[in-house]
Amino acid sequence: MKPQPVPLKILDVISILLFLAALAMVFLYAPLELTMNYVQKIFYFHIANAWVGMLGFITAAVAGIIYLVRHDPDWDIIELAAVEISLVFFLIAILSGSIWARPSWGTYWTWEPRLTTAAILEMIYIAYLLLRQGIDDPDRRARFSAVYTLIGSISVPITFLSIRLFRTIHPVIIGANSNTSQGSFDMSPRMLVTMFFTLGTFSVIFVTLFCHRIRLGRLARLVEQRKLEELR
Amino acid sequence: MLEYAISIKYMLAGYAVILVVLAVYVISLVIRWRSLEQVLHSLEGRKKKD
Repeated sequence: MKPQPVPLKILDVISILLFLAALAMVFLYAPLELTMNYVQKIFYFHIANAWVGMLGFITAAVAGIIYLVRHDPDWDIIELAAVEISLVFFLIAILSGSIWARPSWGTYWTWEPRLTTAAILEMIYIAYLLLRQGIDDPDRRARFSAVYTLIGSISVPITFLSIRLFRTIHPVIIGANSNTSQGSFDMSPRMLVTMFFTLGTFSVIFVTLFCHRIRLGRLARLVEQRKLEELR
Repeated sequence: MLEYAISIKYMLAGYAVILVVLAVYVISLVIRWRSLEQVLHSLEGRKKKD
């Protein structure tokens, strides 16, 4: 296996620096929100993680479509990488949201539309990983996974739009004039800058981890091929 | 308005969870990479002997 390419090493460094800068912006630049004060600072990383989580699930669906068209096993590796990383980021969004909810709503969890659809979305993709492991034939596994991510991706817009379509206590930040949401808060220009900075930062971190996970997938495939060669 | 002490406690808990989950995932990537590399080296070593 080739050593880590220089662009990826540079991306690693940029990701770490951006992550530190995002932390600095959240704690030193963004002002305190008047009602929730410090706990509102979870919002910046919470929304960024949810964003990259959803982005990854859509990326996986696109990779699935390309696999179904081209039958190139590399797209199966890309699809798996996108799902795995998105699961991690979306889990962070769910957990951090839950911690933010405790002092804001008085409970860690409530079965309101956004939380319910987010939990279903996470479980759909956990099931994806479990079901993949149950299929030995690589071609069948890749075909099944591609179709699964395509169907599973329907839950992404449902989760995103749930706070706009149903009555909910979850805040609507983008287009906050929604009349179905009860928990919105106004954002000052500094809050907006911090939010977009963390969104950009986590997008870069996503790309970095995505590249590493794809390399790991390719290495795993190489090991699998060598093992098969040895058996012959 | 939320009490400062309670608010800070939950903020720290939130960021701790974010950092721990991210760190665990990055470490898992490193561990999986190293173990696959070891398997690959041993497979190639056996192939050379044969």
